[in-house]
Amino acid sequence: MSDTTTPPRTHPLVEGEVAPGCKKVDAIVVADGVVRQFGGLTAVDVEHVEIPRGMITALIGPNGAGKTTFFNLLTGFDRPNKGTWSFEGQSLAHVPSHKVARRGMVRTFQLTKSLGRLTVLQNMLLGARDQRGEGMFAALVKPLWKAQEQANTERADALLARFKLDAKREDYAASLSGGQRKLLEMARALMSEPTLVMLDEPMAGVNPALTQSLLDHVKGLKDDGMTVLFVEHDMHMVRHISDWVIVMAEGRVVAEGPPETIMQNQAVVDAYLGAHHDTDLGTLTNQQVAQIHHDADADVDADDASAPTTDASTASTTDADQEEGRR
Amino acid sequence: MGMVAGGATAVAAAPLPATEQPSPFSFNGIIRDGQEPVEGVAITVTGNGVDETAETGADGRWSVGVPERGTYTVSIDTSTLPEGLTLRDPSFESREFEIGGSSSVGVLFPFGESSGGSGGTGGNTGTGGNTGTGGEGGTGGEPATGGEGSPGGETSTGTSSNDFGSQLLSRIISGLNFGLLLALAAIGITLIFGTTGVNNFAHGELLTFGGIVFYVTTTLVNWPAWIAIVFTLAASAAFGWLHDWGIFKPLRRRRVGLVQVLIVTIGLSIALRYFYQFLIGGGTYGLSVDRGPVLQIGPVLMTTSNVVSTVIAIVVLIAVGLFLTRTRIGKATRAVSDNASLAAASGIDVDRVIRIVWVLAGLLTGGAGILYTYFIGANIKWDVGFTILLLLFAGVTLGGLGSAFGALVGAVIIGLVTEISTLFIAPDLRYAIALLVLILVLLFRPQGILGRRERIG
Amino acid sequence: MDFLSILNTAAGEILSPTTAAFALATIGLNIHFGYSGLLNFGQAGFMAIGAYAFAIFTMMADPTATLGWPAWLSFLTAVIVAIVAAVVFALILGIPTLRLRGDYLAIVTIAAAEIIRFTVRTQDLTAVTGGSQGLRGQDYKGDFDAMNPLTGTTYGFGPWTATAYDTWVRIIAWSLVIVALVLVWLLMRSPWGRVIKGIREDEDAVRSLGKNVYSYKMQALVLGGTIGAIAGVMFVLPRAVQPDNFATTMTFYIWTALLLGGAATVFGPLLGSILFWVLLSFTGGVINVLHGMGLFGDMSGSQAGQIRFVLIGVALMLLVVFRPQGILGNKKELSFHV
Repeated sequence: MSDTTTPPRTHPLVEGEVAPGCKKVDAIVVADGVVRQFGGLTAVDVEHVEIPRGMITALIGPNGAGKTTFFNLLTGFDRPNKGTWSFEGQSLAHVPSHKVARRGMVRTFQLTKSLGRLTVLQNMLLGARDQRGEGMFAALVKPLWKAQEQANTERADALLARFKLDAKREDYAASLSGGQRKLLEMARALMSEPTLVMLDEPMAGVNPALTQSLLDHVKGLKDDGMTVLFVEHDMHMVRHISDWVIVMAEGRVVAEGPPETIMQNQAVVDAYLGAHHDTDLGTLTNQQVAQIHHDADADVDADDASAPTTDASTASTTDADQEEGRR
Repeated sequence: MGMVAGGATAVAAAPLPATEQPSPFSFNGIIRDGQEPVEGVAITVTGNGVDETAETGADGRWSVGVPERGTYTVSIDTSTLPEGLTLRDPSFESREFEIGGSSSVGVLFPFGESSGGSGGTGGNTGTGGNTGTGGEGGTGGEPATGGEGSPGGETSTGTSSNDFGSQLLSRIISGLNFGLLLALAAIGITLIFGTTGVNNFAHGELLTFGGIVFYVTTTLVNWPAWIAIVFTLAASAAFGWLHDWGIFKPLRRRRVGLVQVLIVTIGLSIALRYFYQFLIGGGTYGLSVDRGPVLQIGPVLMTTSNVVSTVIAIVVLIAVGLFLTRTRIGKATRAVSDNASLAAASGIDVDRVIRIVWVLAGLLTGGAGILYTYFIGANIKWDVGFTILLLLFAGVTLGGLGSAFGALVGAVIIGLVTEISTLFIAPDLRYAIALLVLILVLLFRPQGILGRRERIG
Repeated sequence: MDFLSILNTAAGEILSPTTAAFALATIGLNIHFGYSGLLNFGQAGFMAIGAYAFAIFTMMADPTATLGWPAWLSFLTAVIVAIVAAVVFALILGIPTLRLRGDYLAIVTIAAAEIIRFTVRTQDLTAVTGGSQGLRGQDYKGDFDAMNPLTGTTYGFGPWTATAYDTWVRIIAWSLVIVALVLVWLLMRSPWGRVIKGIREDEDAVRSLGKNVYSYKMQALVLGGTIGAIAGVMFVLPRAVQPDNFATTMTFYIWTALLLGGAATVFGPLLGSILFWVLLSFTGGVINVLHGMGLFGDMSGSQAGQIRFVLIGVALMLLVVFRPQGILGNKKELSFHV
């Protein structure tokens, strides 16, 4: 990494110069002055950032950089101390998470949230939007929703086949492997026909054998016209599939650029060296990532039990991040 | 048993037509104030589908017929008693009787001074009287002993004068006394929650355990008080240990989920509570060790036991505070409370800490049980602990779940709120007020008054 | 002979209106806990709300006497009043607490149910609620009795013999149980039920799919609470309204019945309730016989009878640890997070 060269100053996606917080030619998400503090600690402090439409954007950074918190803020799962952001030109500040999802901005979670005691198919059907049978009174009269349910089931089956989960259709989601759950979560998100898919560490805890297929699926989303924003540690994955990379450190956006050159940026090197000086980012194996997440899970579980509010789960995720950061 | 074979289900017999045919069984009695019969007192018999109320006639006699053998609840409506007449034992307001061999059962309602009452402190009739002076205030009183109701209205602090200031002062002192008792028990709840994540719904039974062991040793087998106290404390600590060894440690081993463990504690609470009732019966029993002479401090009257128990509670709470902050094992306890996996990773034996927490909880709560029997008038009932369980939770939640210091502050606040509220609203609503405080806290500051909203690192 | 009579009495519990009322309350709790994962420890509070609202409306407004309404209309109105009261109670409980963590709902519901009980039994409200004595059955059963089409003296056979009034209560109460079961079955096979069950599993995941989790939890709370309130009405039709019947212990028994039968199953609450009462009656009978044989020394019969409740407690503990899915439940779909 000693041969740090100056990255290119322009890029087709960018209007003007490439710089942290630069303006995009066609942005789908624009965030301004988003700040989130936990106690006295600032977890996120993003002055300006734009996500390009129709592209795969990676959000990277050392642990504790505030990536997941930023994700939570954008999707309404956490509330910022201040800031505004918009999705397709409409403000999303103070919009509750379920309405964010209805507007077409659907996320997955770092710790997979497959609904264990529902079958894989039921998981999928839950993703479909505007279901008539989801009203309590309409639910009682099957003819009102039977046709829609059938159409949704067909769509779900098609998606399951695409994600190679069709054999598991009737199994409880709890019986799936970690990687299969990641796939299910992604497929379920697609059921709602989103415009922007936000994947929080899609590779975490995934068996290496499944890695390639997951990468292909993420690329497939772009081919279907969706925008993808994902958080990832694994630089191999970032290099393989992303069109654009945004680097966060200590809550701020410190660099942006195309994946080929982003690691040459001095700010990125500094950001990573500050925290993970003993790890070559390119060689962090999946097992290592899995181990880190396993630890994080344990911490989060412990925290969940004693933290008082619903905010706590998101807060404690950040805890875990920060603890890792110190290790 | 042959009679029951008629087949109608025990709880289902229709009450409406029951009066039409002569009843084969009956409850009856005479209500007298001294030698004078009392007229117009309402007695209600319920159970097995029967719900009959009778009033005493001019001769003070009453009788209620019931169609079949079985267990019935006979209760007296104390609000129909004439001014100045109170039940000697508040628990007699509602009792269960069984009609078995004979066809009629006589039920007595003895009146007069409460068994554990300490003269004219006013506290012994307390709940009824707004004045709280002398022994007369209690007629309108609702001793509140039915079912799982609040325990006897006995608050053992009174005043020698009627003005609001001294009333308030007396309530505050009583509230502090109560709050400190609650704190002793609540610290156990909060430490258990902090270290294991379990909300222990059987915690009230730890308190009752202390009271019952003390009752048995002092009153039934007549041990000297100090031996009884030492024995009770040792037994309570052992009982706490037994909880962990017999139930909660195996559950941790099995990795049973927290909601399941919560329900296990509910089952444990039911089992223990009714086992206590099986052992000592359903009544309220006086302790042989009395509450000592009444002391007058300024305008406030209080029993010696109150002063002693307040002092003991303060000393013990300070000791617990020192234990948690100064000793190695105390610090380890707080570390586990803070983050169990991190503590385990740094070499703390979490299982040992939890075991110590259970023993400590048993000890403190059992000790609080002894003191609580005195707070409610030197008597014991099988469900005293359960009746204040929610107050304990209120205190713990108010202070912030998991924090020992918070539990202390929260419990004292709950004690004060409970006692002071009796100056403004009906005393039988005082627990409702404490629970309302709990709900409001959860709504507006779920982390408790001392808790932090967010945890970091 | 003794043993037969014990069996007979126990069998009588199968169809008793109390069992029906209990089953209704358990079905309501099943919607809360079994399907939605809501830790409602205040189901007895919903029952109390229903029972008191029904009885007080009938006694105070008494449309049959004051407005000359037919008995059925008066009765129906009273039931609707009970339902409305339960809905209001559910909203008051739910609006603030459904955003909080699950065990906070548990503490709030248990506390709220106790507040209800303390309030109805306070002496200051004796004129309305009857204070700690409660309300006498005769005072509010008139309308329901007047609707009774049965004119004979007794109906049924064997252990299931009952008076005309009692039979009438049974018919209505068990019909309502059937209606509630059908309702649960219809709802839980629908997309609505799928959302509810999803929330039980992980509400953040369901939220991320665009469902208004808060609204669904509220609907579930209101629905289960309403069924609980109707259970309260059915519970007091064969007896008096007594505040201490609606104590926390009642809630715990409902939980026991639910876990016994199997949470998150349609018929679990029904089976659990029937078994609960049959076993309670049966063990009571057995203990009574043992007591008659002098096994408990000079202990009174009712004191010895407490063993039954000890058994309930122990059974609840064992059940939740060793068979948390209950009798009818599917091990894979058990309603606890493991």
